[in-house]
Amino acid sequence: MDVPATLKPVQKPTSDAQTHNGAELLIKTLADLGVDTIFGYPGGAVLPIYDALFNNHDLKHVLVRHEQAGVHAADGYSRSTGKPGVVLATSGPGATNTVTGIATAMMDSIPLVVLSGQVPTSVIGNDAFQEADIVGITRPITKQNYLVRDVNNLESVLREAFHIATHGRPGPVLVDMPKDMLNSRAKFKGTKDVDIPSFKPTIHGHQPQIAKAARMLSEAKRPLIYVGGGAILGEAWKEVTEFAERLNIPVTTTLMGLGAFPESKPQSVGMLGMHGTWYANMAMTECDVLLAVGARFDDRVTGRLNGFSQNSRKIHIDIDPSCIGKNVDVEVPIVGDVKRVIPAIDKLATPPQISEWWDTIHTWKKEHPLVVPKADDQIYPQHMIKMISEITEGNAIVVTDVGQHQMWAAQHYQYNHPRSWITSGGLGTMGFGFPAAMGAAMACPDRDVVCITGDGGFQMLTCELATAVEYKIPVKIAIMNNACLGMVRQWQQLFFDNRTSYSVFGSNNPDFVKMADAYGMIGMRATNPKEMREVLEKGMAIKDAPVLMDFSVVKEENCYPMVPSGAALFEMVESDEECKK
Amino acid sequence: MTKDYRHTLSVLVKHNLNTLSRIIGIFSAKGFELASVTFASEADPGMARVTITTYGDEKTVEQINKHLHNVVDVLKVTDLTHKKCIERELAIIKVSTAKVGRPEIMLIAQAFKAKVIDITSDKLALEVTGNTDKVDAMIEVLKPYGIAEMSRSGSVALKREFQGAVNIN
Repeated sequence: MDVPATLKPVQKPTSDAQTHNGAELLIKTLADLGVDTIFGYPGGAVLPIYDALFNNHDLKHVLVRHEQAGVHAADGYSRSTGKPGVVLATSGPGATNTVTGIATAMMDSIPLVVLSGQVPTSVIGNDAFQEADIVGITRPITKQNYLVRDVNNLESVLREAFHIATHGRPGPVLVDMPKDMLNSRAKFKGTKDVDIPSFKPTIHGHQPQIAKAARMLSEAKRPLIYVGGGAILGEAWKEVTEFAERLNIPVTTTLMGLGAFPESKPQSVGMLGMHGTWYANMAMTECDVLLAVGARFDDRVTGRLNGFSQNSRKIHIDIDPSCIGKNVDVEVPIVGDVKRVIPAIDKLATPPQISEWWDTIHTWKKEHPLVVPKADDQIYPQHMIKMISEITEGNAIVVTDVGQHQMWAAQHYQYNHPRSWITSGGLGTMGFGFPAAMGAAMACPDRDVVCITGDGGFQMLTCELATAVEYKIPVKIAIMNNACLGMVRQWQQLFFDNRTSYSVFGSNNPDFVKMADAYGMIGMRATNPKEMREVLEKGMAIKDAPVLMDFSVVKEENCYPMVPSGAALFEMVESDEECKK
Repeated sequence: MTKDYRHTLSVLVKHNLNTLSRIIGIFSAKGFELASVTFASEADPGMARVTITTYGDEKTVEQINKHLHNVVDVLKVTDLTHKKCIERELAIIKVSTAKVGRPEIMLIAQAFKAKVIDITSDKLALEVTGNTDKVDAMIEVLKPYGIAEMSRSGSVALKREFQGAVNIN
């Protein structure tokens, strides 16, 4: 961004052992809070911060090419590690560019701290150059946000921001910092304790409710555990897995919960919801006791509400009370941290007698497996995911964009580890995948990171190829290229009489391999299964640089099973033919 | 959303406009009803009290309650609906005296224990205090005479200390 003309030249901060200017204080506090990486983009209002970052060795600053990508990268960094992601943007357009990224993090409860520059306090409200009321703009999409006018409050606000972002139900917090505040001086206090009387999330569940839940599960005939993203955010995967295995109760995970329970375990019935497995959706429909663990009964999970799991008594554990009873009435609400509540239920519950229920589920699994087309000389999307799963041995961090490829990646990659599946579930943000994968790859240098993306979503933030090359981020970009917006096209085909309005790119897509070449990175293309294996094996072997792999897949393939919009879970369809009926 | 219940929520918050905006934002973003809202400083420095009246069934108001609690700077939410509480609203009403003359309007004012606070050749300004029902009732009575302008404060309310059987309201 240009340097705002309204801003006076900045005095070089004099080094003074007693006090620091706001910018130095910011860096010092971030380092003290354990932040090692920030994703940012400079501009006029944040020049004091960039000056403080010059030759700074406490923090690694990653220069992205678009602020939205910076937020997604910080988001990917957070989802792969559990640590809060940190973003830095300048005032006005820099700050507004972060909005989609912040909303993405808010919907999926990802802890982020977004630092934005602001015009000097004297001109706030005057429509100054590069001024935007970012606190006002981001209010509905942040857990909390601040405008710091007094440098003496900066350190405590930052500590509060990190505390709020990471405690209770996590979420993004924005701190807006006027330029004159960044140039004013104050002492670094180093007081680590944060006490916010109005912010005390409930951690331990209510004991009588826990006892009731344990009794219901022990006596159940057809129980089901429904695990959401809360089990990942609350790092409760070990507790959930031990609990489900000991009680031998079937487990379904939501899109956000993939990896919280290993899909290799016999108790797993895979993902449920709009593109969930047939047997998970049937188990949800037929169960008599439902234990929801850090899940929020999203519309993509429930389908038509009055056809959703009608005969079950429901137990819901969530750290956010407003999630309980929002969409679905619950008999046993338990507000608390799943990591604490699950072991407490485990202590009181006995394995239910459910061999008949298991027989039913096994029959469903046999009769309605996930649909995979017969192999021929073309690349089917499902085969592409299965081959990536095979070559990475299910150990990669898979990051996706949004659409058909996302659903196929959710269905056909076997997720056995938490924090290994990164996707924009709630907001469904196209463009999220590639920058989030960069963030994950920077946070986890010892793991393979595969960005499974579509030709649509990838094109939303291709500018980040420059970032990936500059920092040698070893992210493997696998483009499922069907030359169209597959999910839009699928809906148009199925529900709009095949009128594919503005969803087909066809030959208007760029040559992605040449694009990679232009950025100075390796690009490869595959058009048949044999080439796909060669490209994937070659690509996955590259450990010190990004690589782009363009896979031309069968264009007409649709994603099934599918619960059509407005239908109940049990009304899911498994093929185009069935859908037309 | 059923409109059968009017709820009064008393919310203790940290005194800043961001908090007030977040509270109002819950109602606009989630589509809840907002009948009235008042916001003013508390006795404790740095604190403020927001009194909200809203309509909705029990389930809706429970959600409102939970969302209010989720606002970081909200310290306490009290639903006064089913509690014994002291609730007052103030209204200033300018009534036309053209049709019936001053004495009749003043008689009505007297009945409602309202004060005359301004007089002009063709209007009387009345100040009335009471619970919302009383203010509503007085407005209804005055409507046929022609209400030129009016301004209502919205409800302010607090829980009664004595929650026993005797109702001295």
